Amino acid sequence: MIPLYWWLVVAAALFCIGLYGVLSRKNAIGVLMGIELMLNAVNVNLVAFWRYVTPQTLTGQVFAIFVITVAAAEAAVGLAIIIAAYRRRDTVIVDELDIMRW
Amino acid sequence: MEFFFNLVPLIPLIPLLAFAAIVLFTHRNNRLSSNIAIGGIALSTLVSWGVVLATILAGEHVQVEGWELPIPWLPTGTTVFNTGFAVDGFTAAMLFMVPFVCTMIFIYSQGYMNLGQPNQDPRYARFFAYISLFAAGMLGLVVADNLLLLFISWEVMGLCSYLLIGFWSFRDRDNEQHIDEAQVKRARAAALKAFITTRVGDVLLFSGLALLFSYTGTLTFREIFRPDMLEHLGSISLLGMPAVTVIALLAFGGAVGKSAQFPLHVWLPDAMEGPTPVSALIHAATMVAAGVYLVARMLPLFVAGFETANAPALQWVAVIGAITAFFGATIGLAQDDIKRVLAYSTISQLGYMMMGLGLGSLVAGIFHLLTHAFFKALLFLGSGSVIHGMEHGHHAAGAHGQTSQHDDGFSANDMKTMGGLRHKMPRTFWPYMAGTLALVGIVPFAGFWSKDEILAEAFQRWQESGALGLPFWVWLAGTLGALITALYMGRQIALVFWGEPRHEAATHAHESPNSMTGPLMVLAVFALIGGLANAPFLGSPLHHFMGGVHEASEVVHSATVSFNFAVAGLSTVVALLGLLGGWAIYRNYRAGEVEPFQRWLGPIFTLLRNKYYVDELYQLVIIRPVVWLADQVFNFDNRWVVDPLVNLVGAVGRAAADISLLFDKVAVDSGLVEGTAKAFNAFGGWLRQTQTGRVQNYLLVVAVTVLMLLGLYLYL
Repeated sequence: MIPLYWWLVVAAALFCIGLYGVLSRKNAIGVLMGIELMLNAVNVNLVAFWRYVTPQTLTGQVFAIFVITVAAAEAAVGLAIIIAAYRRRDTVIVDELDIMRW
Repeated sequence: MEFFFNLVPLIPLIPLLAFAAIVLFTHRNNRLSSNIAIGGIALSTLVSWGVVLATILAGEHVQVEGWELPIPWLPTGTTVFNTGFAVDGFTAAMLFMVPFVCTMIFIYSQGYMNLGQPNQDPRYARFFAYISLFAAGMLGLVVADNLLLLFISWEVMGLCSYLLIGFWSFRDRDNEQHIDEAQVKRARAAALKAFITTRVGDVLLFSGLALLFSYTGTLTFREIFRPDMLEHLGSISLLGMPAVTVIALLAFGGAVGKSAQFPLHVWLPDAMEGPTPVSALIHAATMVAAGVYLVARMLPLFVAGFETANAPALQWVAVIGAITAFFGATIGLAQDDIKRVLAYSTISQLGYMMMGLGLGSLVAGIFHLLTHAFFKALLFLGSGSVIHGMEHGHHAAGAHGQTSQHDDGFSANDMKTMGGLRHKMPRTFWPYMAGTLALVGIVPFAGFWSKDEILAEAFQRWQESGALGLPFWVWLAGTLGALITALYMGRQIALVFWGEPRHEAATHAHESPNSMTGPLMVLAVFALIGGLANAPFLGSPLHHFMGGVHEASEVVHSATVSFNFAVAGLSTVVALLGLLGGWAIYRNYRAGEVEPFQRWLGPIFTLLRNKYYVDELYQLVIIRPVVWLADQVFNFDNRWVVDPLVNLVGAVGRAAADISLLFDKVAVDSGLVEGTAKAFNAFGGWLRQTQTGRVQNYLLVVAVTVLMLLGLYLYL
């Protein structure tokens, strides 16, 4: 069986890729996708710890499903905001969405 | 008839209201204003005469004890100032004379101030307001039952005399063509002189009143004159005298100022700068009579504690009166101004009144006051009429082109420019003669009876004492004064009415209007018959009427002096001699001549003409030092000490303020206040750079921070 830390390394890598995407992408959709990656990295962790540490209870799986649900809702809200911003501003580049800046 | 007593407060109130009405409402309407004034005083006269009649009919209980209307006026802590009105025989006698003479003068004023003429005085209405107030003051003084109201009225008169003597110092420079600047200056100086000189006396009077109030707690005549009160006052010793004598002398000081007695007589001749009706008002009915009235009213205080014959306060009154009577008359000999002669005559006659009072005879003094008021008002109004005629003559002469220049130093008052006016102004001349005969004391004119009573009083006192004491000198001064009075009046009527006109103005002079000559004739009647009020052959009615007013005090007694043919005969002879002598000497005086008195008397005449140099003496002894002192004080204040000190303090303050300002600007403002702000501003500006407003930057910071914290957690 694959040892636990392999899973953890994958998850950590996934999280770092997501974080990098969030911090460096100019496109708002890219930022949103980075967030999805980070959430999924967490899911990988949750499921991995369930399988290796507490296989008798379902808590890890249930948590993962909750996260997926929330992530779907978050993606929907985020995309809606982006579409609305695009309609108004003709752009989805986050640096240009700056009317709230001083 | 008792009803009339309730109207007594109205007597001074009506002229006062007239004054208020003119000042507040009608001063733009000259005719209405003068009519209000005349109506007011006439109404007041009617009420007064009603009161006089009621007093006569009421008999002794009013004439001696008096009718009273006390009014509690000012409660001041522990004491109450009472005021009120009182009428007794004395007051009634004054009430007969004062408002009536005032009325005559008011009517005369309407003509004198040229009502409706082109040369009508521009401040015509104001003049009538002032004289109404003047009359209100005198009437208030007469009906007062206490010294407080008396003093207030006294001061009202002082103010009015100032306003009226200086009446011509305010000229309407926009509407008058010929303003005599010298006259304006003289009027201003005369008004100030009158006010300040009488003020000297007023201060004395006021301190007397204060003293009296502090000892007795009351200023009401009836209470002061109670025998026990007088005894109490007499028992207190003050400055080595009984307090009552000190108070009496202080009050006499007030009377000396007001009644122009030596040595405070200097203001009265200068008061001639006022319009002539004012002179008549001051000299006859009001101002100067007030001083005599005060002494007469307070006679018990003068006598209290002594025999009448040797009361020191009373002796002072007699001495001052005698000096004034004699010296006033002598100065009158050498004056050229028709009104100044009369002014010195008034001073001298007031001296007679004081003599009478100083001998302890209330009736003699007041009788002369009453008759004098009538004939002196007559003489003044007559002289005003002459001056008026001369002024018109001067204008007429100017209009006919007979005077080369309009203003050739002509003075309408100068008797030496007059002459022969008896033909031009007969309706002025005859009343004037009546006034002259009354003043000189020719039987049966009023002055004869009253002056004679004073002289008889002195003569009898001399006979009683049997020595050449005070009564003798009083009598001698009185008799010599009578001679000189007759001389200067002879000189005056000869210069004014006889001889040839000595100036074009006299040639063209004409009679004054009826409103002026009418009062003259009325007054002439009184000058003729006024003496009957106390004529011995009628049983001295005035004596019985008012002689008893001071009986209640138990110190002043009224005794009738029997008619003395020797005294009367002597004074009549003296008067006739003087009058005829003066007339004969000056009858044919021609313009430009050195006048006879000057030829004969030489330096004495110069001395008299310069009024014994009393004014100069005052100038030297009082005014110069006072002005010098004031200068020094001024210098001390403004130049040397006080102002420099003040300036120094100011400068130091300014310097300190400058330093403080600098510190404030540099250290506080720029350093602390602005410095703090700038520092924070700069720091904020630098710090602001971290606030990019970009979520990704923030997130990066968060991520780095978390990593750092994690690193710290794991490896430390």
